[in-house]
Amino acid sequence: MIENFGTEYLVVLSLLLLSIVIALYRVIKGPTAPDRVVGLDTINTIVIVAMVIFGAASKNIIYIDVAIIYALLSYISTLFIAKYLEGGEF
Amino acid sequence: MLSALVDIIVYIFLGLGVFFNLLAGLGLLRFPDVYTRLHAGTKCTTFGSIFICGSVILLGLKMWITGDGDGGTLVIHTAGALIAILVTNPTGAHALARAAHRSGVKPVGAVIDDLADKPANKAVIEKKEEEK
Repeated sequence: MIENFGTEYLVVLSLLLLSIVIALYRVIKGPTAPDRVVGLDTINTIVIVAMVIFGAASKNIIYIDVAIIYALLSYISTLFIAKYLEGGEF
Repeated sequence: MLSALVDIIVYIFLGLGVFFNLLAGLGLLRFPDVYTRLHAGTKCTTFGSIFICGSVILLGLKMWITGDGDGGTLVIHTAGALIAILVTNPTGAHALARAAHRSGVKPVGAVIDDLADKPANKAVIEKKEEEK
């Protein structure tokens, strides 16, 4: 399936993957817990964008629907981790 | 003619979006503390996402006008994904910055902390010290 993609989409997806790897370094290395969460948040946004590109390149709209649900779920997870770090009650 | 022009604009938008996403990675790698990393990681990815989703929307509009495939659905669903990113990303960043400040992370090189005297922050800090 991936051999049907145009070259431009493959280049864009590779560069996004490079960006994800750099953010993953911050998740593993990060000195404090909020640092790791910031890296995770960045990875989530880049994955959403990569899913949109994937859907446009393969002409399957279903990947873009998955990207919308992923955006909302990652937002909820970020909010809950922030609430946990803050030490508040729910 | 017009189709070739739209293709060029789509490529420019893709390049700009990828450039800003790479800048986000660079900022995460090089900046010194949580707040500056949050600044880089959130703003750059939001701005890059606008360009990449915009390029896909342009592509869908072109497909819709030339009647090639399911362009209209592509446009509407990509706009939905873009709106989801634009609404959720700054809100999450705000919550994270507040959580980092209240959990006691100080900016590098900060001398004075004006926010520590605010009533909400005071309540959280006192509660944490009571638990200790």
